[in-house]
Amino acid sequence: MSPLRRRLLFGIPLALAVAGGEGFYIILRRMQQNDYDPHALPSPLIGKRPPAFNLPGADGMQGFSNTDLLAPPKPMLVNWFASWCVPCLQEAPMLMKLAKTGLEIWGIAYQDHPKDLANFISTNGNPYTRLAADASGLTAINWGVYGVPETYFIDKQGIVRWRYAGALTDDVVSGTLQPLLQKYA
Amino acid sequence: MRKLLFVLALVPALAYAQTLTRDGVTLTPAQEARAEDIGSQLRCLVCQNESIEGSSADLAKQLRTIIRQHVVAGDSSKHIMNYMVQRYGIFVLLKPPFMRLTWALYASPFIGIILGFFGFWLMRRTKAEAPAPLTDADARRLDELLK
Repeated sequence: MSPLRRRLLFGIPLALAVAGGEGFYIILRRMQQNDYDPHALPSPLIGKRPPAFNLPGADGMQGFSNTDLLAPPKPMLVNWFASWCVPCLQEAPMLMKLAKTGLEIWGIAYQDHPKDLANFISTNGNPYTRLAADASGLTAINWGVYGVPETYFIDKQGIVRWRYAGALTDDVVSGTLQPLLQKYA
Repeated sequence: MRKLLFVLALVPALAYAQTLTRDGVTLTPAQEARAEDIGSQLRCLVCQNESIEGSSADLAKQLRTIIRQHVVAGDSSKHIMNYMVQRYGIFVLLKPPFMRLTWALYASPFIGIILGFFGFWLMRRTKAEAPAPLTDADARRLDELLK
């Protein structure tokens, strides 16, 4: 066996193993830093305006349609939630905190009953400027919503810049939402 | 005559028996087969490893209804798949299309085969060096030992 071949036979598998290990290490470290979520899906709505819809108000508040989202005075959030969803309950205090900073949040209650929804709002507070009801869940399908809560960031041109599936946490807010608010302010 | 009229009255019912209702939509067995074929190629986004056809999630049930409504309306399978991709992205397809993001996935068996051949070639080349022929003394010693 020539020395070169011996080195290749030993070195190539070793290099592959090292590269693989390095890759897994980077993935795991980024997952730990909440920088990467393997379950997260890119939304096809990013870079586009939300599809046409017109939803009635809920809990005595004003509903909205896609035309109301065409040009918000400043970047805003559209938050899909439901009173029956546990992560939404966990997310409620964060939304209240964000609303207090002056961030405009519009809510859409997904497949909810008016009574349960009213209960949820009176218990957890109301961070929403407008609140619509998607009782059939068909608007959610057009948006590509696959679970609640989901939060969409809409810039001043009415274009969706970011979608987050799951409850907003401190890490997500400071790591992603705040930079976006600065970028699109 | 009465019997004949009765049988004739049942004919529309016979046609009705040829249809079935699945997920709230009434359709023919052929339409149902097409809907099942489409649904089994789409990922349920709630459970992510199940097809829409096989999942018991509420969203999957709703999407099954939508697929069947489109099938009954006569939309092509491709049109229905596009409807889903438009809303949920290519991740909704259980079999990803060949594109920039997925070429490495499709190329990986071939890359593996090429690497395997390369490794095999390296191993074979090392065996090619035959041992030096025996000297007379060695040959005699071998004969002795084998006796």
